[in-house]
Amino acid sequence: MSTATDTVVAPQRRDPDDINRANVPKIVIGLFGLILTAWALGNLFLAFGYYPQWFLDNKILIAALALIGGVGGAALLFWFLNMFIEGLPNRLSQGIMPYAFLLPGFGLIALMLIYPTIQTINYSFANANSTEYVGLANYKDIFGSKDFWNAILNNLLWLALVPAITVAIGIIVAVLADKLSAQGEKVSKSIIFLPMAISFVGASAIWNLVYAYSDKSQSQVGLLNAIVTKLGMDPKTWLQISDGKLNSLLMMVILIWLQVGFSMILLSSAIKGVPDDTLEAARIDGASELQIFFKVIIPQIRGTIVTVFITVVILVMKVFDIVYVLTNGRDNSDVIANLFFNEMFANSQAGRASAIVVVLLIAVLPILWYQVKTFREEQMNR
Amino acid sequence: MSSTAMTPAPVVSDPKPRQRRLMKDGRPRSMFSIISMILLCIIWTLPTLGLLVTSFRSRDDAQSNGWWNALFNPFGTGWTFENYRKVIADADLGNAFLNGIVVALPATILPIMFAAFAAYAFTFLDFPGKDLLFIAIVAVMVVPIQVAFQPMLNLLGPNGLGISGQYIAVWLLHTGFGMPLAIYTLRNYMSTLPYSVVESAKIDGATHYQIFWKLVAPMAMPAMAAFATLQFLWVWNDLLIAKLFLNSGNSTVIVKLQGLLGTQGQGQELLTAGAFISMVLPMIVFFALQRFFVRGLTSGAVKG
Repeated sequence: MSTATDTVVAPQRRDPDDINRANVPKIVIGLFGLILTAWALGNLFLAFGYYPQWFLDNKILIAALALIGGVGGAALLFWFLNMFIEGLPNRLSQGIMPYAFLLPGFGLIALMLIYPTIQTINYSFANANSTEYVGLANYKDIFGSKDFWNAILNNLLWLALVPAITVAIGIIVAVLADKLSAQGEKVSKSIIFLPMAISFVGASAIWNLVYAYSDKSQSQVGLLNAIVTKLGMDPKTWLQISDGKLNSLLMMVILIWLQVGFSMILLSSAIKGVPDDTLEAARIDGASELQIFFKVIIPQIRGTIVTVFITVVILVMKVFDIVYVLTNGRDNSDVIANLFFNEMFANSQAGRASAIVVVLLIAVLPILWYQVKTFREEQMNR
Repeated sequence: MSSTAMTPAPVVSDPKPRQRRLMKDGRPRSMFSIISMILLCIIWTLPTLGLLVTSFRSRDDAQSNGWWNALFNPFGTGWTFENYRKVIADADLGNAFLNGIVVALPATILPIMFAAFAAYAFTFLDFPGKDLLFIAIVAVMVVPIQVAFQPMLNLLGPNGLGISGQYIAVWLLHTGFGMPLAIYTLRNYMSTLPYSVVESAKIDGATHYQIFWKLVAPMAMPAMAAFATLQFLWVWNDLLIAKLFLNSGNSTVIVKLQGLLGTQGQGQELLTAGAFISMVLPMIVFFALQRFFVRGLTSGAVKG
């Protein structure tokens, strides 16, 4: 579409011979500028790492320079790239321009995500320090280990509970908040939403205090044990109790506490988007509020529910920080991402760790497929 | 007077509203909603409040009874700033706070820069393979970042570029990991911009580079701010990348806090103060930019 307009309109404004010929100075300056900028930027950024003393060891100075160098440098890079491509004969330049715009972004994705994925799959067939291929030995190891299956089981439990509960509480909060006054809605939503700003580690510190245990003879410092002792029971070391997966469940509470805000915000805007006349029509037909909720509102916000659910599923699959910080997998509470971390860094088993990531990668494939499918359907309906 | 969410609420336009108090905007006041929301808000706030209160209590007080005692009996408690002073002096949290800012600012701005150009191409240019490349973006958004650790530690480590441990390594990684989401968010926003503006600029002879800087980038500012808020919170709160790719002199508040959580017994009183310090900046950003943050989330943010 855009190329068509260009070829039709452009010749009227410029000399037709001129645009189809290469503009050599532009090409030369553009190319030279590109190389020079890339070289200078590369050296500047490496210098931050190699010779911090050049910048007086001053962190703020380095950050400021990185910001200026990064943003300005990227702009300069694109400017020279643009000049170089404009210097090319018109037809060639029209064809190359889009790819030039994509190049830096895709280059980074290729370097940081695609190359490592391939390399990790590669390492998963190699030994502990990735020096020799060992065939399927790593997979045999992990599939034969009790810890691995225990972690898988825990992950499945997290997957079964956390996304569904997060969505459910999110809907309840969204509906309740919708019935408050404008001011009340704003304040209560902010309060529920606030944990979104807190890190997993910070949240673990917060809940560590809730689950804290003091000896029976002492006054309880932890909120949960204080309640339990008030009810006449003995205080418990909550995060060490693996019966009924209690420790895993208590850690799930933390993630739910963090994520309900996100779920509520998305679902709330979806509920507000439900057209009033559909609700009105149902009321006139004599439907109860409960029927209206399940038969009219829920079907209309299904898309958002799925989005929230999937986002939380992806988060839960690689849940790490909370488990790592609070139990580090002790008392049967291990999960895949934590198992991976310990195999890789505590046990220095790069091969086995890579195999675990490959399992994780395969586990996200259905979601990946679903995301792509939904995206394509959306594109068709545009 | 007790109305629940379940009982049919009278329609606003009801000619004979039943005897019940109405809110300013004419909707009925639902006591059930008010009470349950207040309860929920209290439950949601209590854990954080406990941390905040404990962080201002002396070590002995905090260990002798629960934090709520300090609230019920504010004059019988040894309030102190000592925990904050100590955690900044002894656990080096002041320096770590600075590191967090140094890490987060470039790691927030750089991906936007690169992603904006790519999003422009995806929105306003036609080229072979466009759909396929964008589907690739949708796909890599889901890839867990754990795949990157071993290969990237090798590439950036002493046997590779030798920049592991420095800020630059973390900037690079966050820029790369944030890129798919950034391109996706910005492209979604840009596709809502009026195409005619770009078209007429092109007819006037403007190059794509000029159109991008003068027209599209300024118009896409809200989406950029939305992504920036999201990315800032993500980078600031990140444990894994900072722990693995920064040396201890450069490490962030979150990494230090994780270290404090590991030390049981002594140092417990520092933990609460440290945790609160780690939360201050994201909370300020959160409240100041909540509007953008919400927009970032609602624009379909799924990150691997």
